[in-house]
Amino acid sequence: MSMIGFLQPFAEYGGEWAPRMLDAARITAAISLWGFLVALGVGALLAALRARKHWLPGLLAQGYINLTRGVPLLAVLFLLYFGLPGIGITMSAFVAGALGLGLCFGAQMAEVFRAGLEAIHRGQREAALAVGMTPMAAFRLITLPQLIRIIAPSLVTTFVALLKDSSLCALITVHDLMLEGRALATEYFLPMHIFLAIGLFYFAIAWPLSLAARVLGHRLNRRRAGAA
Amino acid sequence: MSNALLRVESLRKSYGAVEVLRGIDFSVRKGEKVALIGPSGSGKSTCLRCVNMLEKPSAGAIWLEEERVGVRASAGQRERLMSDAELAPQRRQMGMVFQLFYLWPHLTVLENVSVGLIKVQGVPAAEAKAIALEMLEKVHMAHKAQAYPDFLSGGQQQRVAIARALAQRPKLLLFDEPTSALDPELVGEVLNVIHELADEGRTMLLVTHEIRFARDVADRVIFMDGGVVVEEGPARELIQHPRHERTQAFLRQISP
Amino acid sequence: MLLRFDTILAGLLQGVGVTLGVTFGALLIAIILGFALALLRVFWPSRIGAFVIDAYIELFRNIPALAHLFLIYYGLASVGVQLGSVTAAILGLGLIGGASLCDVFRAGFEALHKGQREAALAIGMRPSQAIRLILTPQALRIALPPVGNYATQLLKDSSIASAIAAPEIMFFARSLVTSTFETTLIYVTAAGLYILMSLPIVFAVRALEKRYAGGQAA
Repeated sequence: MSMIGFLQPFAEYGGEWAPRMLDAARITAAISLWGFLVALGVGALLAALRARKHWLPGLLAQGYINLTRGVPLLAVLFLLYFGLPGIGITMSAFVAGALGLGLCFGAQMAEVFRAGLEAIHRGQREAALAVGMTPMAAFRLITLPQLIRIIAPSLVTTFVALLKDSSLCALITVHDLMLEGRALATEYFLPMHIFLAIGLFYFAIAWPLSLAARVLGHRLNRRRAGAA
Repeated sequence: MSNALLRVESLRKSYGAVEVLRGIDFSVRKGEKVALIGPSGSGKSTCLRCVNMLEKPSAGAIWLEEERVGVRASAGQRERLMSDAELAPQRRQMGMVFQLFYLWPHLTVLENVSVGLIKVQGVPAAEAKAIALEMLEKVHMAHKAQAYPDFLSGGQQQRVAIARALAQRPKLLLFDEPTSALDPELVGEVLNVIHELADEGRTMLLVTHEIRFARDVADRVIFMDGGVVVEEGPARELIQHPRHERTQAFLRQISP
Repeated sequence: MLLRFDTILAGLLQGVGVTLGVTFGALLIAIILGFALALLRVFWPSRIGAFVIDAYIELFRNIPALAHLFLIYYGLASVGVQLGSVTAAILGLGLIGGASLCDVFRAGFEALHKGQREAALAIGMRPSQAIRLILTPQALRIALPPVGNYATQLLKDSSIASAIAAPEIMFFARSLVTSTFETTLIYVTAAGLYILMSLPIVFAVRALEKRYAGGQAA
């Protein structure tokens, strides 16, 4: 098979595929963003639970994190979408997908938050309290700005991982890029071309983000090396 | 000149536009102990690292006995720098002790000293072990033969590193500021070991900032500054009565 | 209820063999490939080589695993290379893992001080001996915990193989749904099974981390 021959279907059907893939990509983007928001919330909640002095909240948070670390995302998605209706809880595929992504990546997010908080010297907070700030103000004015800068690269990396895994939502009938790919593959019977295009579509979104995360990381490392 | 073990001729080294060594000449006779001293940034460490080609010279020549180090010059062809693989047999003849020891943390003390014997020189394992223990004995570290380096103090690590260099049965020992990374109270034990080796009549080239030690151990001292040799001479004489103004300034500064 | 649980557990257990097979098959490919590429990337001073390896890594790390599996299973079949679903899953996850572990091993090599290599050359080792005897053992030790973590990740990711009909745990879970309708119980049991299988890896990694924690002090 010649290269030109292989490329020919792209020229021939590209015009029909592109708009359908773009439409589906919107769903991929939406479910990834919603999933990310849920993950941020879950992660923040877990981090807050861990920070409590009482042992129980910390134990619960750690238990949740360990549990999700062992369970495949696919099992969570199936449980939410196919499983929960068995006990009377139903939700749309999109909601199940975003929720599943958020619940799984929330645990990862909690680890990101923790690593970030550990990187900030506790003297920072103590100094803020010493000048008379309330704990809340110390967090908002001193800890949070530093935290965001420190965890920014990890947040982007986590988002890329979440974006890639959002493709699993196709398996619970969310009409995202991957599901559109499967539909097109059956329709045109050109799976090689279709999945190549789909793969590159994801790549076109994920790769620049990965590069950005790397740049952010380098910049952060330089700054910290400079400060030390 | 012909009885020199090591000869360094017009050695130059640049990093980009910065010339760190600007034509260095000196030699070391067999059994002689030579100390390179000078302010930081004078190029003395770079000079030492050029001797066994861990740093590739930009120009000049290094001779170990009658052999040109690090350059392959076949008749009628242009000179060419040797690869690290080609350099291995020459480097084997020069033991090196680093400022930061660089013991291998995944090997025991005994293995650190014997691995070169076994893998580089092809000495049978049992014999290599015996030699390694003998070398560890010399540096008073035989009792730690089975320990891992991370569990030793800096002074102990450096003594093991010296044993490792001795084990390769080198013609020449190179010391690159062997005590400058050590806590003050650990310096003595390492200097004592080097002193004992000097008394055995070994040939040594050492970069050091321990001026008193250089005076006591070295036969000759070379003072470098700004990438050139400013002054050289018998150790005691040069340190007690430096002729050159820059040498005087340097010595005044470090020994108030 | 208990009877049905028995049926479900028995049904899911049929998939354990394939799940473990896919996980360890892919892990083997990922370790060998990742280590070989890391060696090349760190010690082979070729620009083209570095570009090719980097391109491979970026392509496999920035495209969903599912796309790779579909490409290998359905795509290759359409051009005449018909792989079994288990083979395709092992290959796809192995190639993705190779890209991830290449970075892990490379970080292991790069964490070593350059003096480690210099000291090896100084006693007369050839560069190849320095790599084999001095650098590799240390790099592997650094890489061990992340490789272990990746193994648990792979165990979970092996569930994706059900999408190309590899008969692993999630595949049987889906087929059980149609015969028992105990959907909640099925997926909870499946999740429990994965956790159970990941525990030995988690504990092994933790034990290794603890054992080597003292060794990296210097």
